[in-house]
Amino acid sequence: MPAEKAIPVAKPASKPGDVKIEQKLEGVIQEEKPVANKITVGHVHMSGCTGCLVSLADNYEGLFKILDDYADLVYALTLVDVRHVPEMDVALVEGSVCIQDEMAVEEIKETRRKAKVVVALGACASYGNITRFCRGGQWNQPQHESYLPIGDIIDVDVTLPGCPPGPQSIRNVCVMAYLLLQGTDEQKALAAAYLTPLMNLAKRGTEACGCDLMYDVINQGLCMGCGTCAATCPVRAITMVYGKPQVDRDLCIKCGACYAQCPRSFFNFDVINEFESITELIGAAMGQGGE
Amino acid sequence: MVLGNYKSAVAARSTDKGILSASQDGGIVTQLFAFALDEGIIDGAIVAGPGAEPWMPEPVVATTKAELLAARGTRYTISPNMALIKEATRSYGLDKVGIVGTPCQMQGLRKAQLYPIGMRDVPDKIALAIGIFCMENFPYQGLETMVEDHCTVKMESAVKMDIGKGKFSVYTERGGLSQIPLKLTHKYEQPGCHVCLDYVSNLADVSTGSVGTPDGWSTVFVRTKVGDGVWARAVDAGCFETKPIEEVKPGLELVTKLATDKITKNQKTVEARASFGVKADGSGKALRNPYL
Ligand SMILES: Cc1cc2nc3c(=O)[nH]c(=O)nc-3n(C[C@H](O)[C@H](O)[C@H](O)COP(=O)(O)OP(=O)(O)OC[C@H]3O[C@@H](n4cnc5c(N)ncnc54)[C@H](O)[C@@H]3O)c2cc1C
Ligand code: SF4
Ligand code: SF4
Ligand code: SF4
Repeated sequence: MPAEKAIPVAKPASKPGDVKIEQKLEGVIQEEKPVANKITVGHVHMSGCTGCLVSLADNYEGLFKILDDYADLVYALTLVDVRHVPEMDVALVEGSVCIQDEMAVEEIKETRRKAKVVVALGACASYGNITRFCRGGQWNQPQHESYLPIGDIIDVDVTLPGCPPGPQSIRNVCVMAYLLLQGTDEQKALAAAYLTPLMNLAKRGTEACGCDLMYDVINQGLCMGCGTCAATCPVRAITMVYGKPQVDRDLCIKCGACYAQCPRSFFNFDVINEFESITELIGAAMGQGGE
Repeated sequence: MVLGNYKSAVAARSTDKGILSASQDGGIVTQLFAFALDEGIIDGAIVAGPGAEPWMPEPVVATTKAELLAARGTRYTISPNMALIKEATRSYGLDKVGIVGTPCQMQGLRKAQLYPIGMRDVPDKIALAIGIFCMENFPYQGLETMVEDHCTVKMESAVKMDIGKGKFSVYTERGGLSQIPLKLTHKYEQPGCHVCLDYVSNLADVSTGSVGTPDGWSTVFVRTKVGDGVWARAVDAGCFETKPIEEVKPGLELVTKLATDKITKNQKTVEARASFGVKADGSGKALRNPYL
């Protein structure tokens, strides 16, 4: 049954007691026995659509498990009442940066200064994605016309493309970041190996397009027609014609998923050969019992 | 390690005459999917179904035994089975997806499970991945040239094609057999196959091929816990006739030899790419290496 809606009353000019209420809430929310050695994670929202955050939330109970055991969410304007970018082990940054918006530019720089690991979460932060097509001229900031992926303004450690990135991929990156910072030596090595290709994507650059399949796979003599790129494309811009990808470039939104997902972009045998044990490890970390 | 990790290797063939009537070898792929479908282990499988032109495969999501039967036999040309991996979990509504594919497609699959960049929900919905052995593949026009020009058989009158014992063979509907030495087919190979470092689908749950066992039989590697579980149940249910691989000729020795040959040759190609061109200082300029 829908609750009876309160009739809105005129807001008082000042908000007495605001600060006090916040303090009270904190007392209630505090865990009785905080789990030791959690890492701190923040979600930084630049010019994004919040779809990346929804994707994180779409891990359902997996997200609670992460927040219970591995990570404190110390910053996320959508979910947490912390107003300013704090120190963080891992910053998950979604969205690109409007360079005509001073606050945005300051916030992304502040994020780099405060975070040990910066993750470009999703296609906009990684590659600009749909904001590549911005060119200003809309009310009421017609001069807001230039948007850059965060890697053009700060150094990025890990690039996780996708529009949105799959929930399971964000989960994996969170678990691996935890193991990297808090795991045993063996777990640290595994986490580093897992994250390496995503770190290499960050080094590779901030431009992406369906054309990458041409430049860096087909033109390089590497395409073998598996069709993975066609499956991953969120806008069905890729069809397989005589066993090779055909990109409809006017449909492409420049998200970079196709190249990143292609098994001939990066294929790290050291990690992928161990798919069975790594899947079990992540399952166990998520509290899904083995057999 | 050229054969990958596996729990057991056997020679096997389906006990279902109906499946064997048009399967490429021992009917392992079709039989195992049919059993998994019956038992609810999978609720559909991505296979290479019939396509728009003769001998051109088209990936399909098969949810009935009839559709599995229609996909039997090897098409020596690209069938981008991975293209349906996400759609199988969307409009098809599958929770337990089966997929057959070449070693490179198994690689794409496992990468999509570990790094599911644009592959929401795919990782957790893969129930059975069957890999087939693969030495190389051909673009459709390459296959057409081999069959029509070299073997002088019309594509539509071929009933089976096969690579083995150094020959490419085409069987026709009127009982004819046309063969050419494999050497003549090399220039039609898909270039992307030349950097491929997997022969026996190392990353599948179960992998199968013809090499190592007599005609009508298949060599089978059971690799993962998932594969082990399904295979044991299928054998218990009487789906397969099996023989220890040690008792068949030519056995794993030949499989190991061919796998080693493929990997050694392609590893050289990968290495040669590191100095494919030339830089200003005279040193080599590289083509990209996906494995670094
Ligand atoms: C390109 C190619 C090269 C091969 N090279 C070798 C080799 O060097 N040595 C060896 O021992 N075996 C090789 N095989 C495997 C072999 O030809 C048989 O596919 C395998 O033994 C399975 O036979 P089966 O009787 O169990 O399968 P069947 O019951 O006949 O079913 C075959 C299955 O393979 C699928 N399929 C057919 N064509 C393709 C394709 N192009 N791409 C993906 N899936 C397909 C079909 O959908 C079907 O589900 C190759 C297969 C292919 C497609
Ligand atoms: S995913 Fe890569 S290798 Fe596979 S078809 Fe697309 S471009 Fe080719
Ligand atoms: S083709 Fe599709 S997957 Fe590739 S960059 Fe464009 S929109 Fe993204
Ligand atoms: S040789 Fe390798 S790359 Fe080529 S089709 Fe076979 S498995 Fe794929």
